[in-house]
Formats: sequence, C-alpha cells, structure tokens
Amino acid sequence: MSLQTSSAVYAGGFSNPPVASAHAFRAAMNAMARPGEVQEITGATPPEGISPAAGCLLLTLCDPETGVFLAPGADTEAVRAWLAFHTGAPIVAAEQADFVLGSWEALMPLARFRTGTPEYPDRSATLIVEVPGFGTPNAQLRGPGIKGTAEMQLPELAAFQDNAVLYPLGLDFFFTSGSQVAALPRSTQVAAEA
Amino acid sequence: MYVAVKGGERAIENAHAWLAEERRGDKNVSELSLAQIREQLSLAVNRVMAEGSLYDPDLAALAIKQSRGDLIEAIFLIRAYRTTLPRFGCSQAVKTGDMACDRRISATFKDAPGGQVLGPTFDYTHRLLDFKLAAEGEVPDAPVAKPRKEATPHITEFLQGEDIIEREPSSDAVPGDLTREPMSYPADRAVRLQSLTRGDEGFILGMAYSTQRGYARNHAFVGELRIGTVPVEMEIPELGFAIEIGEVELTECETVNQFKGSKTVPPQFTRGYGLVFGQSERKSIAMALVDRALRWEELGEDNLGAPAQDEEFVLSHADNIQATGFLEHIKLPHYVDFQSELELVRKLRREAAELSETLAAREAAQ
Amino acid sequence: MSDYNFAYLDEQTKRMIRRAILKGLAVPGYQVPFASREMPMPYGWGTGGVQVSAATLTPDDTLKVIDQGADDTTNAVSIRKFFEKTAGVETTEETEKASVIQTRHRIPEAELTEDQILVYQVPIPEPLRFLEPRETETRKMHALQEYGLMHVKLYEDISQHGAIATAYAYPVKVEGRYVMDPSPIPKFDNPKMEMAAIQLFGAGREQRIYAVPPYTQVVSLDFEDYPFEASKAEHACDLCGSEHSYLDEVILDDAGNRMFVCSDTDYCRSRREAGHSGRLSEEAA
Repeated sequence: MSLQTSSAVYAGGFSNPPVASAHAFRAAMNAMARPGEVQEITGATPPEGISPAAGCLLLTLCDPETGVFLAPGADTEAVRAWLAFHTGAPIVAAEQADFVLGSWEALMPLARFRTGTPEYPDRSATLIVEVPGFGTPNAQLRGPGIKGTAEMQLPELAAFQDNAVLYPLGLDFFFTSGSQVAALPRSTQVAAEA
Repeated sequence: MYVAVKGGERAIENAHAWLAEERRGDKNVSELSLAQIREQLSLAVNRVMAEGSLYDPDLAALAIKQSRGDLIEAIFLIRAYRTTLPRFGCSQAVKTGDMACDRRISATFKDAPGGQVLGPTFDYTHRLLDFKLAAEGEVPDAPVAKPRKEATPHITEFLQGEDIIEREPSSDAVPGDLTREPMSYPADRAVRLQSLTRGDEGFILGMAYSTQRGYARNHAFVGELRIGTVPVEMEIPELGFAIEIGEVELTECETVNQFKGSKTVPPQFTRGYGLVFGQSERKSIAMALVDRALRWEELGEDNLGAPAQDEEFVLSHADNIQATGFLEHIKLPHYVDFQSELELVRKLRREAAELSETLAAREAAQ
Repeated sequence: MSDYNFAYLDEQTKRMIRRAILKGLAVPGYQVPFASREMPMPYGWGTGGVQVSAATLTPDDTLKVIDQGADDTTNAVSIRKFFEKTAGVETTEETEKASVIQTRHRIPEAELTEDQILVYQVPIPEPLRFLEPRETETRKMHALQEYGLMHVKLYEDISQHGAIATAYAYPVKVEGRYVMDPSPIPKFDNPKMEMAAIQLFGAGREQRIYAVPPYTQVVSLDFEDYPFEASKAEHACDLCGSEHSYLDEVILDDAGNRMFVCSDTDYCRSRREAGHSGRLSEEAA
C-alpha cells in the first residue's frame, strides 16, 4: 500500500462520530420511514468509487457485528481498507451479508441475498444501491410511510415488485447519490408511474 | 381547590437527600470503609460480583455501601456500570484444573489425589451466635499448611479414564454472549450457563431444590466442589500469544448424575456444571443441578413438565435485575390505564343493570 | 464515571439499536429482537424507550417526555433530566415544539406532524403473551399469521360481558399483517396511531423494538357486530372544557366529589391560555 492510499484509509471518517452518526442515522431513518423521499446525508468522505451518502450509511450502521458484501465496482482495495479501519466490519459472501454495496447492475442477481425467515424477517440484507441521481420518476409507490402515493425513479420495477410479494420477508433498499439518500423497504408496493 | 401534583423534580431531589442520610445512619457510628466491606463482607461482595457479572471486589464493595446492603440494588449498580465499559476482547477459557485450591471436596470418593480440603467453610460450624464477635474480638491466626505444588486433578477425570462418565465435547467455537445478543430459544448450553451463573441465587437455589424434591429429579452427587484462584489469560493480537492479565477466584461444581445408556452406548454417568465468581458455593451447586435438569432433551430423557426442565421459563425469569425492575414498576403511576378500566367496568355495570331492569319489567308485565 | 458518551450509550450499542429500528420500519408491527443494554434506571421504567431515544436523538432535537400524558410526573421528570445531562438536548413541555417525544401510556392530544418522532415505552411487546406465554410459540403464531386465538379471546369477552373487555393495550393489526401491542395506551388513543409522525416502540427488558412508519394502516381488532369504540369518561375537562380529550378522574374530598381533567397537561394548559375554561376553572385558578 502506498503512503498516499494509506493516509486516505485513515481519513474521511466522521469528524465527531457520536454527533455525525446521529445526524446520518436521522436521515437514514427518515428515508426508510418515508419511501421515495430524498434526504441529505453528509459527514463522510469515503474513497473514490463510493458516494459520500453510501459512506455515511456504512459508517453509521456497520461494525464488527455486521457482514458487508461489496459488489464488483465497489470492491476495491481502497474501499476495503477504509471500511476495515473505520468500521471493523468483516467482508463476507453475498449470501451472508447484512449490508451490500454496489451499483444496480453489479448487485444482480438479487436472489442470493438474505430475505429473512418467517420467524425472523429482520434477518435480511439491506442493499445500498449507488445510483446516478434521483431523476424523473418512473415508479409510483404505495404503502407504509406514504400518504396516498409517492413517486420515485427506480432502476427497474419488476425486481421491487417481486421483492414486495415476499413480504414480510424481503430486501430493504437504500439508494445513494452524492450526498443524497432515499429508501425503498420491502413493504412498499411499486407500480409504473401513470 | 384542585392543585395538580407539581414539583416532581424537587420531590426527587429531596428523596435522594434523605436516602443519602439514611444510608449513612447515625453519624456517631464510624463510617464503613470499602476495605472493611471488601474484607469482612466478602461473601456479599462475591455475590454482587457474580450476579453483576463483573469481577472487581472494590467496585462491588462500593455498590454494597451505596445500596445500604441491598444486594440486588448493588448488583444493579454494577450491571449498569459494566454496560458502559469498553469491550477489549475475550479471555481464553480458564483452566480450573490448574486452580490453586483453597477448598476442594468430593462427595463421590473417600479420598483422591489432592485430598479432601475443607478450607474456610461454614459446614461444620455449629450455628450458635458468637457473642464474642459483638465485642470485636481479635482472631488468632489459622494454622497454615504448605501449598500443594502440583495441580489438583479434577475428580471427573478419573471417571473419564474409565469412560464411565460422558465426555464433554471440546470446541473452539466462540460461545454466544447473552449481554451482546438478544436471548432466543432454544439457547445453547454456553448461553444457558451464562444465564444461570449471573442469575439470582435465590431463584437458582429454588429451582435446584425443586429437582431434588422430585420435579425432574436427576440424582446428583457432588463429584467435586473446588474454590480457588485461576489465572486469566488473553491473547494479544499485536503480540501473537497469550499473556496473564490477572487472576480471579472461582467456585466450580461438577455433579455426577444418574447414568444413561442406550442400545449403542453402554450406561454412563452424566454431568451438571456450575461455575461462579468468588466463593459462591451454594450458587454453584444449585447451578449444576439446574444445568443438568435443562439437559433433558440432549440426553434423551422425558420432559416431565417440571419447571426446572423448562428452559424458556428458567432463563427468562432467572435475572433478578429484570425481575425486580418489572415487579417494582407497578408502583409507577398507572392512572390512565386504571381510568380506562374504571370507565369500562362502569359501562358494563350500567348495561347489566339496564338489562335486569328490562327483564324485571317484562316479567312484571306478563 | 463522569464522562459518558453523547446520549449515554456507546456508539456500537447505538448502531445495533439503529439497525433494529430500520428493520422495524421496513416490517411495520414486527418485533425486532435487540440486545438491550443494562441502563442506569430499572427495567420496567422505560429502559426500552430510553435506549430508542438515545439512539435517535441528535443535539439539534428538542425532547419532550410524558408519563400518563403529563410532563411533571416523577418518572417523566427523571428521564427528561437523564437526557438533559447525557445528551445536552433542549427539552420542552410543549408538544408542538418537540421533535422527539418519549411517552409512557399516552399519545398527545395535539395532532403530531411529519417532523416529529414518538417513542413509546413498552412493558410487554407481545400482544399474544397473555394468551400464550411462550415466546417460542408466539413467534410461530406471528410467522403463520395465526391470530385466531386473539379473536377467540375477544369473542369470549363479548359472550361474558357483552363487550370487549380490553380498555388499554388494545391490540391492533398493522398494515393488514402483524398484530401489535400499542403499549398500554388507553384504547381512546388507538385511532391516533395512523399519524404523520414516526412511531418507535422500545421494550428493554423484553429486548424488542418495533415501529410504525407515518400513515401506516393501524386497525384496532374488532367484530362487525361489535365494532371498536374509542371511549373516554363522558365528561368535559373541568379546567379547559375540552370534550375531546382523554380525562383523569380526580377525587376531591372525603365526600367522594370528583373532577375530570385532561390527562395531557400541555394540551389542557394551552387551551386555558387560549381562553377556554371548564366547570371548575375559577376555583382551580
């Protein structure tokens, strides 16, 4: 490891972890509680290749007790080293992961991630999907956290519709871009935007 | 006329001040030092360390002083403190076979290598109040024997040599930690033992006693009871090897229980296990009996419906901090819920009265 | 022993609680197991709520703590002080000004907004517990959506008393899936649970966290011929005159005279300040 990358490993964490992670968690919670609503989330400067928003989520939610799977593209030496230094989270296989990071294409196939068990639906993976942005909505959302309907841009619809059918099992998604985050839990019904 | 109950904050402060005064007691009597508690109430200190899950005699002494001798309150203070401590790692399993024994007895053999060592026991004291103690009598020094150089072997090792007692499977797997993971049932034996060792002494004693009286009797012999100190070693990743970080006093009880055989396995004795911080003899024997009772399924025994066989029942009620908190919370205001029941009962009574009136009127009309 | 972390809990504990909260929001009404920590107040006195609040609070928050609807009950005072000391957050008694409200046994009368979080203290999170004490069994019942036993119990009430004899902790079904314990709030409060705020539930001793996101469907269990009824004392508040708030009954003298006052002390105060008055207003002043 060169000197430059090694110092980058130590940098980019929360400057005041108790306070920064409290703010970041509030953004994550608001996102998960209000599917489709975009929240600002800041405080982390992760290595190149992952967004500050995704970095914030990892710092806020991961530690030695959570397994992380890095999908191709996100799985760089710099990301691994940064994650290990700041969170201590072990890198695990897709099938064992609590948290998953990658672009939508790199995350395929989704079927390999844990969706929980009927008695413990919480034992399921949370996917952090890096997206280019939150552009023109293509999906209409209904369900808990949504007053009537909400709109959102999703990478595709079928995967999320299939996921919702598994309810109360299923995957939960965060979408990250720059310093923004939105979420789509398994409880959300997804339809094509009218 | 009506004044809402206000001033909760001042009431709390005043209560705390009064409590502090009561704790101190008569100021003409000299104050207890922590050293006095640690040295002279050492079995209370041991219990607080065991059920508080924190080996620190000075902190336990402080907790006993602060709690006015209410041991459950002292255990609570220790638990609440313990939970704020950083977790550096876990030690290697202590080797109780290497224990420097102060006491070591076996009920299953008349004698054995290492001998029967009574140690500082109440066992054969006549329970007569010693009024000399009231006059603060000095104690003569006890006779001292030469410490044994070799390790004292476990009694069960002799049985194991003959394969006449079940072997404990050894494993390098990291045991679960009930302070870090929520309890889920069925729990494995490691988690069960953790729950029992920090469980309430009175509760574990009662459960164990119930097995002796026939509620899932398992014919326990005290194969061995030993009390003494063992070194605690921890692997330091930076060093790559384990170093001794201190020593703790432990009480270990291994019971030899009724044998069990099947078509494939010839009859064998089975085991119950108790291990508790400090000199905690009653607790460790009780723990071993309850451990054995909880193993019915693994040993292919019948579920007799006895309370001590019921893992979920035993483990979810053994913790005195959980129990006392929930028990005592019913003294908090519940008037909102009471009001809702009051309204409901009034309504039901009104409806019942209306109904009987209607019936009476109908009867009168007929 | 003076230097505790922000909001008392260490960061790893907060992360564990935060993960449980997120899963709880993703599966509304499902009880997520969490490794509840020993807190410096007794189990049964709000340790679950306190842990959830501690993992949720930011220094920018304004916290309100109520017990029985009142800000000045001793345990509410004690918990509020705990967070003033350990998190340094602003506190308030005014519902509208609070961003996080920790409650025991009540939902405030004022409608909560999207910018608020309501944290409930929960003693027994399992709505099926008193029908089946074993966690191993109730977990299966939730998994299989086997809620027949609950309906049988409610129906037995009707056959015995002519009405459903549950006045508080009245079970609800969340988003058509999980039967959930709303904590021991009076059933009067049940209809308020379909709200704009995030609702988080913490049961410390029982090691469970659950959640209801905003605008989630929350239906009180009932029967077509015996519909759910959100009842309260049939009086108006004797201090502010409100006919729509939940009332405490206060015994005034040895002759058994009573008065009825709002259980939500802030609601009552703000109505009186706005000029409303009740039967006993003058005497009470």
